[in-house]
Amino acid sequence: MQVGARQAFLLILHRELSLSFRRPEQLLQPLVFFLIVTTLFPLGLSLQLSLLRDISPGVLWTAALLSSLLSLDSLFKSDADDGTLEQLSLSGQGLTLIVVAKTCAHWLVTGAALVVVSPIVAIALAIPVAAFATMMLSLALGTITLSWLGAIGAGLTIGLRRGNVLLSLIVLPLATPLLIFGAAATERAVSGTSAVGPLYFLAALCVFTCTLAPLAATAALRITLE
Amino acid sequence: MNSASDGLSVEKVHVWRGERHVLKGLSIAVRARELLHISGPNGTGKTTLLRVASGLLRPEQGSVSWLGQQIRQSPVQYQAQMAYSSHEPALKGDLTALENLRFAVALKRRVTIPELRIVLDRTGVGPVADLPTRVLSAGQRRRVALARVLAMNATLWLLDEPYSNLDAAGSELMSELLQAHVQGGGVAVVVAHHSLELDCDVRRLELN
Repeated sequence: MQVGARQAFLLILHRELSLSFRRPEQLLQPLVFFLIVTTLFPLGLSLQLSLLRDISPGVLWTAALLSSLLSLDSLFKSDADDGTLEQLSLSGQGLTLIVVAKTCAHWLVTGAALVVVSPIVAIALAIPVAAFATMMLSLALGTITLSWLGAIGAGLTIGLRRGNVLLSLIVLPLATPLLIFGAAATERAVSGTSAVGPLYFLAALCVFTCTLAPLAATAALRITLE
Repeated sequence: MNSASDGLSVEKVHVWRGERHVLKGLSIAVRARELLHISGPNGTGKTTLLRVASGLLRPEQGSVSWLGQQIRQSPVQYQAQMAYSSHEPALKGDLTALENLRFAVALKRRVTIPELRIVLDRTGVGPVADLPTRVLSAGQRRRVALARVLAMNATLWLLDEPYSNLDAAGSELMSELLQAHVQGGGVAVVVAHHSLELDCDVRRLELN
């Protein structure tokens, strides 16, 4: 009568998505932040298209990193505050599965959503349409990695009152390689050269965090749950 | 302690919370068809003891066994047979009572929605099963939490203040369910301030 891991994963995913869609304002906040920050740059700078093209990959990626941070805080904290995380951790499913399912759900409503709206931002930043595919691929790889880094940070900072500031301090330095390779990939796509190199690096980071971060995040959570 | 191999046994646990030595070498043993009622003043480690027994908290020293097996070694099997209820109802306010129940219970065992509705009816919250739990009263939330314990079909119940916020009828129901659980071969450890008037094997442990 025991519940299999696949079923449990889907159930937690369902739970997380239901919870997210009951609070659409929390879902939209990071996206709106991303849109506003990136559109402020062209408004604030002089109207030189060449300048905008030069800085747009960096602006895009910095805004993506910051907006992802906004939602990380809620990854485990609300469940820890109301006691449901305890119930989940005693559900007989193992904490790692719960962490993986929750982080996947988190990426779907934040990272994936960000990838979907990124063409709007790209138009505002004068990124050519030909570069959209590379840009979106790099953002997808980057946000997956970021969700995993965030899961570690969120697991460590659950119990703290001003946890979100510390969370940023933990995650942002770890995310600098993402910024470097992500912006490089986008920039090469904008200038029309091959972006394969930086994309490979992003993919490697993505695989690296997907395999090791679940263990680290579980360990972090286990420490703070006690 | 072989006498507890058919139940729960906590052996010589030591727990420090910061500088405080909360549990000092405490041992308990509860067998099948037995209920352990833990009482005592605030801050004496009742909840800590329950959290140790559930496996949420690792004691610095000592061990917890279920059916003669250390829970450290087989946490998954232990959790499948155990239902823990903390002093807070642990419900998501944005989800309905039924959804809360489903997402908690279906991780432990295969369960159908009609089955969950029957349990919610049993604890008197059937009519509000489709409302988000944030609009329910504290007593109703407690009843939903009780339904969760019931629906898990667990052999071992670990309940922290299950009577809080319950009205007279709710308290009576709680006692009835505890009694039926213990008489049906279950094990229960209950933290409660007041005395329990139950028609089953109740042992008392006073912490101070």
